[in-house]
Amino acid sequence: MNELVFFINNVIVAGSVTGSIYAIGAIGVTLVFSIMRFAHFAHADMMTFGAFMVLLLTLAFPGVGSVVGLPTPVVMLPLAIVLTSLLAVGIDKAFYKPLRAHGVKPIVMVIGSLGVTLMLQGLIRLFAGTSAQNLYLGGERKEIYRLELPFELATRPVIVTEPQVILFVLTIACVVGLHLFLSRTRLGKAMRAMSDNPDLARASGINTNHIVAVTWVIAGGLAATAGTLLSLDVTFKPDLSFFLLLPIFAAAIVGGVGHPYGAIAGGFVVGFAETLAVFNWSVLLRPIAHHFPEWLELPRNLAFVGTEYKIVVPFFILVAILVWRPTGIFKGKVI
Amino acid sequence: MSTQQPSEQRADSVAAPSRFPLREVVLFTALLAVVLGVYAMMGTAYSTRMLVEASCYAILALGLTIQWGYAGQFNAGVMGFVALGGFCAMLFSVPVNDAFWGTELPGELGRVLLYGAAAAMLVYGATKLDRLGVPKKLRTVIAVALAVVLYLVVISLLRGVTGEIQSRAGFIGGLGLPAWTGWLVGGALAGGIGYFIGKICLGLRSDYLAIATLGIAEIIKAFLKNSDWLTRGTATVSPLPWPTPGPSELGFTLARALYLSVTALMIAVIFFLLHRAYHAPWGRMIRAIRDNEISAAAMGKDINRRRLEIFVLGCILMGIGGGALASFNSIFDPNGYLPLNHTFLVLVMVILGGPGNNLGTIFGAVAVYIIWIMSEPLALFVMQLAVSVGEGAFGWEPPSNLDSRALQARVFVIGLLITLVLRFAPQGLLPEKVKHHG
Repeated sequence: MNELVFFINNVIVAGSVTGSIYAIGAIGVTLVFSIMRFAHFAHADMMTFGAFMVLLLTLAFPGVGSVVGLPTPVVMLPLAIVLTSLLAVGIDKAFYKPLRAHGVKPIVMVIGSLGVTLMLQGLIRLFAGTSAQNLYLGGERKEIYRLELPFELATRPVIVTEPQVILFVLTIACVVGLHLFLSRTRLGKAMRAMSDNPDLARASGINTNHIVAVTWVIAGGLAATAGTLLSLDVTFKPDLSFFLLLPIFAAAIVGGVGHPYGAIAGGFVVGFAETLAVFNWSVLLRPIAHHFPEWLELPRNLAFVGTEYKIVVPFFILVAILVWRPTGIFKGKVI
Repeated sequence: MSTQQPSEQRADSVAAPSRFPLREVVLFTALLAVVLGVYAMMGTAYSTRMLVEASCYAILALGLTIQWGYAGQFNAGVMGFVALGGFCAMLFSVPVNDAFWGTELPGELGRVLLYGAAAAMLVYGATKLDRLGVPKKLRTVIAVALAVVLYLVVISLLRGVTGEIQSRAGFIGGLGLPAWTGWLVGGALAGGIGYFIGKICLGLRSDYLAIATLGIAEIIKAFLKNSDWLTRGTATVSPLPWPTPGPSELGFTLARALYLSVTALMIAVIFFLLHRAYHAPWGRMIRAIRDNEISAAAMGKDINRRRLEIFVLGCILMGIGGGALASFNSIFDPNGYLPLNHTFLVLVMVILGGPGNNLGTIFGAVAVYIIWIMSEPLALFVMQLAVSVGEGAFGWEPPSNLDSRALQARVFVIGLLITLVLRFAPQGLLPEKVKHHG
């Protein structure tokens, strides 16, 4: 039974955590893709930027969290979301809008977004340094919940930490909020119309500039949320973006580009695939090892890939989906 | 054949063939003056080293200008192909490791690799089971299950052998061959990976190619960094022998000058071949595909095949350039391959110099590399200045890791440069000359 608990801790919990983060990130990428028709590479750095804002705010106002009863970084998250949204809109005004006005090919926009990536990275590293930092400052620490299972054989508890609980709650809130926004509000419907057919949307009187700005606000806010939650769960590192880009894009493409609900599913597919691939399967096989024939010796490490090769997993998924079903599992439209 | 009159010649035809190349002459004279200035200031040994590195980067930039300038494909993973080239240069040129070859370990490794090949063939055979009347769904299930099980078996065998190699022999060592064999094989290997990526992505939107190449570059780096049995990982391999007599025999300046002549010869050959290809029907076809894919397809051109051809060609050049760079630095350090230094710097060289214009690309490579090298002391100086002002005026205490932070400012500058060039000079300093025959 302990093996099962081990499996739950290392695959179910860890997979949901990474899956949620990838899902929130991928929603932003896929929204930008469906409205502006280009792969926004600076998204992962907007995530880092959001987390950095939270770090700065937590440094500036320590101890606010204890008043509310939440960790200070979580209390600072709304402010960071606002700041990151402003940054996203500003970046669009300064760098992407002139390119769009020139009518460049989408791939030039992609290169432009890579330039923005480097600028953000340079700024963050200039001010934050290059080392990893913990978001829990000034005596706050992560609460760890140990859930005992009501079975006799399970002696080890299922472990969930406080940021992980907050992560799950916020992910559900984001998804439900986004769903309501896209399906019920006028603005959300206008966004979907523009993603379906920009010319028709413009012809029917939708202010496309307005929609673009709203998209950036949403993308920036989601990026700040995902980045902060990731940094809460592990630590804040200024250089995580290049490792986040591939899983996030893989998630967006698996779900079908331009498909917010697909991006959520894709995020969880990629997240679980990663944790399943690095999980050591011989732990689960060990209790039934005595049923195996003599000649079959169970190796100690039976993981598909080592944790250092984790990045291979999203790439493999990306390649597989591009070969077999380039439109994604939910039939995205832009190819 | 078009019947256009000369008066109707399109305004975007940049130059008549007989125009005096004023812009080229001015830019290259300025570049020469800068190079001479660096020689006067920093000494010959340092400056020659800078030029050799710049020439290696020029080979990389030529590879990228084929992909981006000729064909409009964006490769965001130059670093991966460069690292592959460097790895092959290391593997072929480093002396033979007797602690590995003298034992039974090569046989063991060969046996595991043979198992791997046999497993791959078994899985391939399983995917063809439907020819024997097995239902297609069942075949897919059998093939996937077989692939998972065989993969696990082979990977655990491989882990055993590589762990043994690592603990007993350190790493498998090199082959003791001349460095240029490694460069060529590195080019071939990079081309092979490029073929695999291109085959998957080139039929789709160009964004997918950027994502996939970005990913493969990180994977290649992760593989080289963590395969201690193959590359010694973070422990790095040095020294790598040069194809020319080394500094110990000739002194730094002369040895580096000799190396520079080798790389310059390589650039000259590549430049000549590319120039011929660009003006040949093949080059016209590539540009036609870039500029209007649909009409090129309507003319009966096999678009995806040509794209694959040119992508692989660019990757081969990157592999060769990466090999030359690693051999010159005389150290193989997988951690030293950074997206900034080996992808984005090359990108800036190409888009600043002039995508699609070989001469412009070489100019961009040398000019940007000089700026890049010179910006390091400049960034440190500016940072020191800011610190002294800050300490004097506000009593501000500077953070300790200031030097590493100052270098991050260069990341920002490169990013800004990319966006500004795309916005204000998308053609580069030496634009591609588009000829209109009519």
